[in-house]
This record gives sequence, structure tokens and C-alpha cells, in this order.
Amino acid sequence: MFFTYLRRELAGRRRQTAIIAIGMALAIALVMIVNAVSTGVRDAQAQVLQSVYGVGTDLTVTATPAAPGEGDGPQRFEFGADDGETADGSTSISQSRLTSGPGSQTFDASSLDTVQGLGGVSAAAATLALENVTFSGELPDFSAQQDGTDRVAPGDGTGEQPPQGGFDGAGGSAFDVDRVSVLGVDPAGAAVGPLSSVELADGRGLESGDTGQAVVVLDATYATSAELAVGDTIDLGGTDFEVVGTVASTSADATTASNAYIPLDLAQSISGQDGMISDLYVQADSSDRIDAVQAEIEEALPDATVSTQADLASQVSGSLSTASSLISNLGLWVSLAVLVAAFLIAILFTIQGVTRRTREFGTLKAIGWRNGRIVGQVAGESLVQGLIGGAAGLVIGLAGIWIVNLMGLTLGGSAGGITAGGPGGAAMQGADASGAMPGGMAGGPFGAAAATQTTTEVVLNAPVTVGVIAIAIGLAVLGGLAAGAIGGWRASRLRPAEALRSVA
Amino acid sequence: MTAVETGAVHAAGAEASTETGPATPARPKGTHMYVLENVTKQYAGKRTVTALKDVSLEIAAGQMVAIQGPTGGGKSTLLQMLGALDRPTSGRVRLGESDISHLPDAKLARVRAKEVGFVFQGFNLIPTLTAQENVETALEPLGVPGPERRRRAAEALAAVGLADRATHVPGELSGGQQQRVAIARALVKEPDVLLADEPTGALDEETRDEILGLLEGLWRDRGLTLVIVTHDSAVARRAERRLHIKHGTVTER
Repeated sequence: MFFTYLRRELAGRRRQTAIIAIGMALAIALVMIVNAVSTGVRDAQAQVLQSVYGVGTDLTVTATPAAPGEGDGPQRFEFGADDGETADGSTSISQSRLTSGPGSQTFDASSLDTVQGLGGVSAAAATLALENVTFSGELPDFSAQQDGTDRVAPGDGTGEQPPQGGFDGAGGSAFDVDRVSVLGVDPAGAAVGPLSSVELADGRGLESGDTGQAVVVLDATYATSAELAVGDTIDLGGTDFEVVGTVASTSADATTASNAYIPLDLAQSISGQDGMISDLYVQADSSDRIDAVQAEIEEALPDATVSTQADLASQVSGSLSTASSLISNLGLWVSLAVLVAAFLIAILFTIQGVTRRTREFGTLKAIGWRNGRIVGQVAGESLVQGLIGGAAGLVIGLAGIWIVNLMGLTLGGSAGGITAGGPGGAAMQGADASGAMPGGMAGGPFGAAAATQTTTEVVLNAPVTVGVIAIAIGLAVLGGLAAGAIGGWRASRLRPAEALRSVA
Repeated sequence: MTAVETGAVHAAGAEASTETGPATPARPKGTHMYVLENVTKQYAGKRTVTALKDVSLEIAAGQMVAIQGPTGGGKSTLLQMLGALDRPTSGRVRLGESDISHLPDAKLARVRAKEVGFVFQGFNLIPTLTAQENVETALEPLGVPGPERRRRAAEALAAVGLADRATHVPGELSGGQQQRVAIARALVKEPDVLLADEPTGALDEETRDEILGLLEGLWRDRGLTLVIVTHDSAVARRAERRLHIKHGTVTER
């Protein structure tokens, strides 16, 4: 009888059923789409962060940035009279230095042991972010001019010779400044940290036996642009490193977090930063404990800055950030408003239906139907109306998500202010003195500062998850039950005599 | 007034029942189907309205009683007391052996489901259900299984001459047919009492006689106690016993 009555009522009151179902469907579809897009944007943010921090990193620990101090000024390269190689009247010079970038901070490597000893920490890794700057150029062979027999007294214009040699053969000079981001990593551990999100492109990765060895793993993109391959050598800080492998990003990014990866101990010693690190990557043993671990680290390392993924996500800027704000602000509120409106429509129509059916319910009570049975009938009808709306909403929502994915929206994100990539991070490739930076980034005098951001283009993919479907079904049930409960409550309050009298 | 008068009312009713009552009453003859003792019903509002004033009344089992009176005189209120649709403000209403004046809602619903059948002036059928399904609604609260429910509903419709209209919804039936469905719904559960509130009020004269004939026939055949509230003297004259109610006070006619 319940289902017969329910079916007849829904079929007999098609208009009401359709209005309630359409309202619910639109609201549920909107919530589904907003939720899916929101998840897509979050995934995109994670992708951007993953490219820098690696997979599985829950927290990062960095030194609190300090105001520029002594020694942070412009770098100076000094060459002696005997430096360089001379040929054909020109002297070629080259010098490279491996240093911390301007403004970057380091802290004691013992912090790694401190963090590893804390409860709730399942893994931790330390890195030292450096920048290798190579100054190279060609200038005239001044020694030939000084040592020659044609030396004349100053002011004797008759004996002067025009400059010779140099890059243009007429005494000119030319210089290049190459910057390469270098990351000192523990060769034995890649469970967390930047190397956890890379895959081997060629050769091999760093191994525990590489400690103290002058070996380097290069970012595959950088290696290509610098025309380096496995087996070649690269000068980093005046030491020739053998390229043992190249790695590529496992995410959608073109590059990994750094141009070059070398053993941590060698990075520390060559850069003169023995016992120092710039970043700690920490993985908590449970996502529920991230906040607790953060608090513990902050207590153990009061001078450090501890960031969670949520903190890091807030550092992502660009259109990705705009989309995230749009979703979390406008999208969320609009979908909530539509949802509330749909619920209200369902409730009002149900109440209106109960009012219109006063005599019907009064009659049923008169012939012995109990309150609970009538409430159940009203609630059942509302629930089915909600479920019809939910099913329609699910279809519309899935179609909407499909359209969003079909559009292939590309969002740009930059993880700014992150020291993991170091000065001249992943996006900085082969910046030279001319200010032109492959990859399209602006260079110039402020090239180094600009290079501290990793820009990533991510195609928005709004996923259809079990959660999204559960939301649709849950909202449909919730809306139906809310309308049914209120409508049923109204029906239960009808006294049979009054219900019959009101229409007699 | 009422104690002495109601005694007389009962006596007159009992006699009438003996002469013209049904062959097989639902309860043994001579027993009381209803006993009302000093029943008063007031409705609270801006002004308190007294619909029934200290009414005492006995209705014998198997009796056919007509209640007449002016609009607002208390007819429908009295019917609601008899039908366990409402409780008196004071006094007692006994249906058979049960005092229904102070029962909780659930037990009142049970009394209505088992013992009382209603026929309303406006038929009060569920518009979206078929005639068959409307009749089945009366068996729903009794927990009658589906197959038996359908069989009994079909029999009830056949008894009122509507076997061929079982699948029609009320909108597809005439007024007289709808009232027949309502009567089938009232009788399908085989109640002790049938309460009819202006059952012919919405019908033309010809259909009125048809419905009255049907009710009388069922009353005789089934031994029901039949209480009809009516404005129509032609209807009232067919009853064994006629009561008049005015300003909440019941008198014998």
C-alpha cells in the first residue's frame, strides 16, 4: 500500500514533483561541479607544490628569513695575472662559485636529528639549496702589450698600437655569467624531498656510496639545454662533477626542483657551509597528526619556519590561485545559496502539499491510520522526490564536470618564496649576462629574484570521485528527509476532527 | 434534562430496533453500542463555544438512528464523539465495553480502524488512488496482507455494485459512485458501527434514494449500528429513531 500510494501521489502530482526535483537537481549538480572543480584546483596546487617539495612531504622547515646582512652584497670575481688561457692574443678566463643565493638562510644540520627524534615523524630529509655562478669571458692579452718592444712613453702618440685580440680581435672583452641551481641532497634517502617526485631519465640516481664523491645528477631539461649528458663533467664551485644521471619530473612540470643534485656533504664543503642545511622535508606518520607535528617542530626549533601543505598551498599564486579563491569564495557560497533555496522550495512545496491534503489526511486518520504511518507516507514521498532530483542532479553534474574537463582549462601556478629550489630554482635555466632566460622568464638585473618562483602550467582536471557521487546522493536524501520531516510533522499535528471540519 | 430523557430515548430506540432492525446485529440485541454520560464539548478560542451540553444518550446495538438539527447545533460534534475522532471536554463516551473518552491517540486510532466506519458528505476519497485502492486504505491500519486486502476490497466494491469500476480514480466516477466507494471503504473492515455525516447531502434526489437504499440494505444484512446525521427529513424518516440536536442539547423526536 505504501508504495502504491506513493507512486500514485507522485504520478498524480507531477507538477509539484517536477518542480521539487528540478530545484534539487540544479542545486546538487552545482554543488557537484563546484566540489569537483575545487578538488581539481587542489590537485593542481598539489601538483605545483609537488614539483618543488616532492611527494609525501607534509611539512617543510626552513630558516626564518633575515634582513640582508654583511656579505650579502654583489659577488666579486677576482682573477690573477696568470689566470686563464691565452691564445691568439686573447685570454679566456672562467671561474665558478657555489654559494647560497642572496637572501637565503641556512641552519644547523643537527636539526635533522632533532626532527627525526620527534614523535609522529615517519621520515625527514635535509637539503642545502645553492647557486653555482660561473663567470667566464674573453679579454685581450694585455701581457703581450706590456712585454712587447714597441712599448712607448705615455703621450707619445706616434708609437701607440691599437689593441689587439679579445673576442672581436680588436681588443674588446666579453663576459658571460651562468647560474645553475644546485641542491645538496642525502644520496641515501629519497623517500621525501625533491627527488621523491622525479624519475630517472638516463644513467643512475645518487646512491649511498656517492657520499663525498664529485658526482651530479642533472635535471633532464637543463642537461639538454646545457648540452650535457651522462659521462660529461660540469664545473660546480671549481670542482669538476661527473654527470652520472639525469632526472625528469613525474608531474606535469617541464622541470624538476633544481638543475643539479649533488651529495649533501660535498655541497656543504664546497660552498663553505659545513654542517649547514637550508631545508628540511618532513613526513608525518598520519595526516591527522600534521598539526601536532608542526607544533612539536616549532617548539623544538623555535627559530625555524615550519610550513604545512596548507601553508604551502597559500603560497601558490597565479591563475591557479585566482581559481582557488573563486571556487572557495564565490563558488562555495553560490552553490550553498542554491542548495538552501532548493531545500526551501522542497520544504515549502511539501508543506503546501500537506495543507492541500488536509482532508485526505483527516480522512485517513478517521479510518484508523496512525500518525506515524501518515508521517512515513509524506516523508517517503519527499524522499523519493529528493532522490529523483538527486538522480537528475547526478546526471547534470556529471555532464557539467565532463564539459569542464573537455574545456581543458589551463591554470598557471607559481610556488613563490620557496627556498627549496634555491636562488635560480627550477625555472631558471642558463641565465646569462644578457638577461635572456630560456623558458621565457624575464631576466635582467632582477633575474635572480624572479627566478625564486617555480611557474607551472597545469590543465584543470575536475575528478569524479566517490565523494562527489556521495555528495549528490547525500544531499538528495538530506533534502528529501528535511522536506519530509517538516511536512510530516505538519501532517502529524492535524487532528482528525479538525482536519475534517476544516473542509466540511 | 438528559438522564430521564435519554432513558426514554433508549427505550424508544430499543422498541424500534425490535420491529425493524437487522436480523444479525453485530452485538447482541439489548446491549448498548454507545453510552454517553454527561458529555460536554467546548471549543476554546476568542470565545469558548459549547457544542455539546451535558448530553447523556444510549444507542442500542443494531439500531438505525438519524440525528437532525440546525447548522451549528452540534450534530457533527456528536458524530465525532461517537466516532472516536475527538474527546469530550467532560463526561464519558462508551463504545461497547470501552471508555473512549480518555484513550490516547494511538488507541483511538485503533478503535476507529476496527470498530467504526465513516461515510462523509464529500465522499473524502483519495483522488490519486483507484476505487479499489481507496477501499484498501481502510484495511491498511489493520495489517491485512496484500492479497487478502485486495480480495476483500474487491468484494466490498461488488457489494455496492461497483465491481466494474475498481480501477477508476474518483475523478472518473459520478457522485453516487464515489459515495458507493466510500461506503465500501467504510464497510470493508466489517465494523460494528457505521457513522454517516450527511451521506446524501451532495447527491441529487434519485441518487440519494439509491444510496439510502444501499445503506439500509447493508444495515439490515450486516446488523450494523447506523447513525446518520442529516438535514433531510426524508432521510431521517427512514430511521428507526430520530434525535434532534440544537444548541448542543439532544432531544427525542
